[in-house]
Amino acid sequence: MSKLGKVSKNLSENIDEELLLQKPVSVWKRTIKRLLSKRSGKIGLLLICFIFIIAIAAPVIAPYDPHEVLIGKEIVKLKKREAPCIHVFGCDQAKPQHLMGIDGNYRDQFSRIIYGSRISLSIGFSTVSFAVIGGVLLGALAAFFGGWIDNIIMRMMDVILGFPSLLLAIAIVAVLGPGIRNALLAIAIVTLPAYARLTRASVLTVKELDYVKASLALGASPTRLLLFRILPNSLTPIVVLATLGIATAILDAAGLSFLGLGAQPPSPEWGTMLGSERNQVFSAPHLVFFPGIAIMITVLAFNLFGDGLRDALDPRLND
Amino acid sequence: MLSQSTQLEVKNLTTCFRTSKGNVMAVDEISFSLKKGETLCIVGESGCGKSVSALSIMGLLPPSGYVKSGSAIFQNNDLLLMTTKELEKLRGNRISMIFQDPGSSLNPVMRVGDQVSEIFQIHLNISKQEGRKKALEMLKQVEIPDPESRMLAFPHELSGGMAQRIMIAIALACNPDILIADEPTTALDVTIQSQILNLMSEMQLKTQTAIILITHDLGVVAEMADNVLVMYCGQVVEYGDVKTVFNSPIHPYTKALMKSIPIIGKKTRRLDAIPGRVPSLDMLPSGCRFERRCAEKNDNIVSNCQNKIPPIFNVDSLHGSRCWLEKGNE
Amino acid sequence: MITYIIKRLLISIPVLFGILLVTFVLARLIPGDPCKAILGEKATVEVCEKFEKRFGLDQPIHTQFFLYSKRVVVADFGNSIRFSRPVSQILVERFPVTIELALGGLVVAIFAGVFLGIISALKHNTSVDVGTMVLANVGISMPVFWLGLMLAYLFGLLLKDTIFWLPPSGRLTAGLSSIPFFEVWGWEVLKGTSKSKFLEFFANHYIFNALITGNWEIFKDAIRHMILPVIALSTIPMAIIARITRSSLLEVLGRDYIRTAKAKGVKSKNVVSKHALRNAMLPVVTILGLQMGGLLSGAVLTETVFGLSGVGRMLVEAIYARDYPIIQAFTVMIAVAYMFINLLVDISYGFLDPRVRLE
Repeated sequence: MSKLGKVSKNLSENIDEELLLQKPVSVWKRTIKRLLSKRSGKIGLLLICFIFIIAIAAPVIAPYDPHEVLIGKEIVKLKKREAPCIHVFGCDQAKPQHLMGIDGNYRDQFSRIIYGSRISLSIGFSTVSFAVIGGVLLGALAAFFGGWIDNIIMRMMDVILGFPSLLLAIAIVAVLGPGIRNALLAIAIVTLPAYARLTRASVLTVKELDYVKASLALGASPTRLLLFRILPNSLTPIVVLATLGIATAILDAAGLSFLGLGAQPPSPEWGTMLGSERNQVFSAPHLVFFPGIAIMITVLAFNLFGDGLRDALDPRLND
Repeated sequence: MLSQSTQLEVKNLTTCFRTSKGNVMAVDEISFSLKKGETLCIVGESGCGKSVSALSIMGLLPPSGYVKSGSAIFQNNDLLLMTTKELEKLRGNRISMIFQDPGSSLNPVMRVGDQVSEIFQIHLNISKQEGRKKALEMLKQVEIPDPESRMLAFPHELSGGMAQRIMIAIALACNPDILIADEPTTALDVTIQSQILNLMSEMQLKTQTAIILITHDLGVVAEMADNVLVMYCGQVVEYGDVKTVFNSPIHPYTKALMKSIPIIGKKTRRLDAIPGRVPSLDMLPSGCRFERRCAEKNDNIVSNCQNKIPPIFNVDSLHGSRCWLEKGNE
Repeated sequence: MITYIIKRLLISIPVLFGILLVTFVLARLIPGDPCKAILGEKATVEVCEKFEKRFGLDQPIHTQFFLYSKRVVVADFGNSIRFSRPVSQILVERFPVTIELALGGLVVAIFAGVFLGIISALKHNTSVDVGTMVLANVGISMPVFWLGLMLAYLFGLLLKDTIFWLPPSGRLTAGLSSIPFFEVWGWEVLKGTSKSKFLEFFANHYIFNALITGNWEIFKDAIRHMILPVIALSTIPMAIIARITRSSLLEVLGRDYIRTAKAKGVKSKNVVSKHALRNAMLPVVTILGLQMGGLLSGAVLTETVFGLSGVGRMLVEAIYARDYPIIQAFTVMIAVAYMFINLLVDISYGFLDPRVRLE
């Protein structure tokens, strides 16, 4: 018996040692690896980088100033809403090159599209930041304190969600007055409830976990618990939602601008550009086509990246 | 054993899975035969390939799994070579299978009675009305109280034991030749467990159905089995009739398993566990898979154990072990 | 089941109250003087006083809200400041356009989306699957107004002299008009009464009207005018429904009860149609309410692009013109419609998923 006992002990020690020597892989590394292995995440990330580079390098890439009206400044007389002239594709060398044509105010559309990327990116990030901060705050407060605070906050969220989102945004902009800042605020308000609900659900789940109850019983500060233990564990779905939220924000902002309620002319926001030229779509389709493509590519980039992120962060998918 | 006719003859069944780390062999050349009216228990730890073997025979492997080689002869046909259409005729009809978690094994949006009558509609080609009548009969046979109203219930309204009775009703509806039960009582309370096992035994007496019972619970084996197949790491390591395997196990793994059963009333401070862990399927040793945890190896054969996979040595016609220690005993 | 329905109905009441409150407050908060907006900058104080008295704008706020709520419940929305016509009449004329558009969009989105989702799931990881999902991703990234304009350009101009030409605007070709069914059938209807408004509401659904009066020319014409707007509007919801159907079906196909169904010998196609689909559709139904909201919002943009005189476009114009009665009425109606749709979706979910009825 004792000899067998000794043999067993040695065996188990050896085997467990082997297991301990395996290096644990960091969560971040694994996430990034998984993100890059899927096609959608890769393409999304690439596109986003592409758009960022364009936005940052706009002054270098754009041949003209986006607000510059070109009457009288060109050698050859320009027609209003002239079609694109690309020298590589056969346009007469004598004519000045305008890759995406001229808009209704004699401005180079290509430059305006390039600068528009700056506006779209800032729209996306600022809207979502506001909505996330506001939503997470409200959701966390509602879940943590419960009771009537929870009730009031969640009823407010329900009211916002009781309206179709774009329509409510339109109504809010109507109240505040058209303009890009008010449009951003309106979109942020309309998208906020999703983050609030998500955060509230996460916090409620984590709140019931034993280690939280134990910490509170031992006198830990609720705020510190909330900030440093509970919220970080709920981060994943919020990050995914936020990335996809950037896509939605850019689309909604373009929609508002299209209706004249968002960015105002002469701002080179893509939706505004589309909106001012919509009645001329039959005679000058390039003025509608290119801004729309720009919107689509940007939104697609964030959608793909968000999808890839969601799949990469999904705890159920194990290698 | 009443009759000697063999229902199912499995030879060298090998099943693999395609994973991101390459192809992994989950079942490695297992063989057994099943006779009419007999109960064969396949025992082993989680992950040793017992369920995968059963799924392979039924053709129910997930998309990443495939049968690499082997044969499963049922009534002169190889199940592993059949088309899906041919298998569909046999499933639920001549060969049935029930699974571990009855709650999740039933369609949550369909009434329980309809799920039972469905199997009659498929295989007996009868109308829904007639199917319902037969379903009611079946529910009575599996001793479900108040069967008329239970027919209209949804799965989430049933307890675990009740749901498993429904599964048994479905499985035995067409008097199959073989019933494969994959851990049928693992998810149930101990008291319900014995009820279900008793039910299965009773039904078996009536219908002479052969049962393959997959479990990791040696108590269940002791109660139900005629013959036992012990699996470890995808391989059969010992087989034989239940009395022999329990009273005179020969494979070191089986011996360790038997030793680990706590005896009520005996005073011990520590339970006998088998030290170490099952090797991961993608990092299998080149020799005997149990070697690292084996308490019986000696210096004479240790090099064999580490480098060559032992074949199954048949100690007598009905008892065999996959162990180099048996080399001289055939 | 009945308790479930009643519970859902009861929850709607505070939502309705919230809608009334919010729309009332928002309309009042719009900056600018409605009198000056309608009658011009030069309107004098006396004229404006009369104006305000006429439209009840001089009463204290809570009285206004109370009166407003009372009126909404009986569907009396007052007169439009801009058009000096009863708002309810304008609603009767304009809502059907939006309904036809949104319903059309919903039907197309559901059928096409579910169909594509099922095919993608069944042909998992093949080129069909990948291709459809790529298209779906592109679909949800497209601005609806851009798609509408591009479709109008393609089918309205580029394909002008081919059989593929589709009208890029309006509801009917110029010169054609839809005759209300009650006129065709010779009913006696007094103009301006509630009965006439009720009947007109249905008659203004041109496609439905043409169908029941058997007027194939109008029927075909109206449908042709609806094709492009409906395609543009339905693209985003269709893509979303396709994606959710696919992922839901894939998930359901991996569940235990599907394995049981196969073990019973259920034929593969029946496994999908009888067992998997009904479970897989549950998440799709869940998002249908949300999608309807998107359709109503998108209708605003689509109506603008295709020159359809619907509720959405009028709402935007009313906002510019500070036409309070229209803003209030239209917002309320849209929100109430949205609420009803969500209610219907909730109730039908109860029919589909028995587990939920216990709540």
